[in-house]
Amino acid sequence: MPQRIFITGYGIISCIGNNIEETLSSLLGSKPGTGRIRYVETLLKDELLVGEVPKTLAELFVMAGISPVDGYSRNALLGMIAAREAFEHGRLDDHRELKTGLISATTVGGMDRSEFYYNDFLTNDTRNVFIDSYDCADSTEKIAQLLEITGFVTTISTACSSAANAIMLGARMIRSGRLDRVLAGGSESLTKFHLNGFNALKILDKEPCKPFDQHRAGINLGEGAAYLVLESEESLAKTGNVPFAELVGWGNACEAYHQTASSPDGIGAYLAMKEAIDMSGLAPGDIDYVNAHGTGTDNNDLSEGHAIERLFVDKMPMVSSTKQFTGHTTSAAGSIEAILSVLCLQNQVIWPNLNFKERIAELNFSPVEKLMINVAVNAVMSNSFGFGGNDTSLIFKKVNASNENNASNAINENNVCNAGNTGKARGE
Amino acid sequence: MAYINGIGLISPQKTAETKEFLSEVMEYTADYLRCIEPGYRTYIDPIQSRRMSRLIKMGIASAKMSMTDAGCTMPDAIITGTGLGSVEDTEKILGEITREEKFLNPTPFIQSTYNTISSQVAIQLKCHNYNSTYVHRTFSFESGLIDGLMQIEEQKATNVLVGAIDEMTMNHLQITRRVGQWKMEAVNNLTLLQKPTPGALAGEGAAFFVVGAGMCASTYAELADAATCININGSFRPDTFLPGFLGKNNLSVDDIDVVMLGLNGDNVNDPHYLSFAEQFFPGKAQAWFKHLCGEYHTATGFGLYVAANILKNQVYPEILKLNPVQPAKLKNILIYNHFRNVNHSFILVRGC
Repeated sequence: MPQRIFITGYGIISCIGNNIEETLSSLLGSKPGTGRIRYVETLLKDELLVGEVPKTLAELFVMAGISPVDGYSRNALLGMIAAREAFEHGRLDDHRELKTGLISATTVGGMDRSEFYYNDFLTNDTRNVFIDSYDCADSTEKIAQLLEITGFVTTISTACSSAANAIMLGARMIRSGRLDRVLAGGSESLTKFHLNGFNALKILDKEPCKPFDQHRAGINLGEGAAYLVLESEESLAKTGNVPFAELVGWGNACEAYHQTASSPDGIGAYLAMKEAIDMSGLAPGDIDYVNAHGTGTDNNDLSEGHAIERLFVDKMPMVSSTKQFTGHTTSAAGSIEAILSVLCLQNQVIWPNLNFKERIAELNFSPVEKLMINVAVNAVMSNSFGFGGNDTSLIFKKVNASNENNASNAINENNVCNAGNTGKARGE
Repeated sequence: MAYINGIGLISPQKTAETKEFLSEVMEYTADYLRCIEPGYRTYIDPIQSRRMSRLIKMGIASAKMSMTDAGCTMPDAIITGTGLGSVEDTEKILGEITREEKFLNPTPFIQSTYNTISSQVAIQLKCHNYNSTYVHRTFSFESGLIDGLMQIEEQKATNVLVGAIDEMTMNHLQITRRVGQWKMEAVNNLTLLQKPTPGALAGEGAAFFVVGAGMCASTYAELADAATCININGSFRPDTFLPGFLGKNNLSVDDIDVVMLGLNGDNVNDPHYLSFAEQFFPGKAQAWFKHLCGEYHTATGFGLYVAANILKNQVYPEILKLNPVQPAKLKNILIYNHFRNVNHSFILVRGC
């Protein structure tokens, strides 16, 4: 019997909230966080709609609990804030004897500062302290230093599926016996670099994005970070942590089609989802909800839609994209949406696919239009697909009270813990 | 545990031209060691390659070389390690958006994404299998090896393609010289250790390995294991980590015939290697390899090529020797690398 992988902690920051509680409240209130650019220095400022975390660099330092010094990128600070929340939630500071790893994901790395100082890098020594913060490893190592996680540390970059692959690697390392528990996720900050890059590809919507709508017009980019604590059963026995979800399946496949476009039939998406389902031991009909990649581009939503229809046939689950709330947080999307999916299990809700009006002509399904509450959600699938056709799918399941004594406590505890938030949000 | 069944390597040595093992050594006096690139027509359709940047071409070509070497036509996984991805493409965009934020050419942006090599190799091979990219400084390649070994343990894969790819540009050299990473002037690669000065000699390379679950006619060596350890507040304790790593593979330090060290000519970081070798491998054969490829985040890819060839050919070339010790046998080789005493890594290779 392969090692089971439990979720015992999470932390998140995006334009819809600085932590789990605020995020949940925004979701339950169907309040998206996108708007005009306020912090990135770019000529595209008034043109694009993005999901920017409404904080200055100085404010992020305070939130990360460290004194402001040079050499920190926005990306690293976002990562530190979310990682610390997950670290505390999963009580990773206890039982330091357990082998604990940090697997983080990013694509822009410290580009938000590097693009700002690039001319200085080339011509003078005034910004040298930022040179080391340029690469992808920098934010990961700053998180590792902050939380003193040393059992295993690495960084993954598979474009917009990066954080999903970080979670998948974390699970595999636990299953292989190399680690007992893992802090896995990703971090990405908005940069002039990728705003311009996506803009050049002509796949950005200047209005609120409309995933799975016939008249969808592209992406709203976003930023944020999210991390989950994964633990083995043996680790649970030592930490006494009570899991609130189980990661039961994962799949990674490659489109092998085009560097930026998805194949018309979504072969990569299909293979990744199929692999995750097969591994989970669930039947397609057991999946209650798919948190789709759903970027809002012509290409992705059609391709992903076809793949979903092919996999689920007549057992179609509820489907929605949550990128209207957060923007497309690229490398962080995999872990941000993994957490949003887990929140569905915990709160027995399904997030709405905002801005939807008209079904895509070529597809036979429509996404969930309004927030669904008090709905039985037992298993959810979270899809993350990236440039280069790097497609990853994760399946989370409610911890089953009947076969997991510890877990039943967990669910009660978490329901109690979240009930307050739920009530507050619904009341708004 | 797995086997190295094929290697493709583009490096500052003539590794792309010949399968002979370091029969001719390239000597340079240079700011950094640049790869000797093959003609790409053999590997990539010229129409496609015209739009590809250098790193992408080197990646695809070395991947295809390794597959030809192993007689493998379709890998079960493609995994790449790259510390910096396509520096050339990234610089193009940075140059453009720093000057004026006009409508960009999207091609450099697409290619600047770190997973481009892995996905381009997949596109070339029409390979829908597992695909991932590691981007953690000198852990990049080792993370890929660990992933590859796990794919085989999980019985998800029989053949895994694992790559180690990084490039250097003059701009990047100039920028990273500011933080003391490199020597400030051109130096001779073969006499690198004679005049110890701060900074390493920079280099680059593209290596791909076919890592297989079983042996085949082309097998070089057994890839026994790989491990990384980050040093935060003294968390890297070689006196426990090394015996633990070797012990997991049923070996002790006494069983290591050659220890290959990542010495790169930097008199700030090199002493760490020397004290490590003195502590654990006194009187043992000690080797180095970065005078042949230069320092870069995935230079242990070149190191693994060297170790695998020592074992396959049962020769221990003079050019690699740090001390005159001739080992009694060539069976177990340990590669030890570190970056700034923060990123420590080991690769264990065994003769078959």
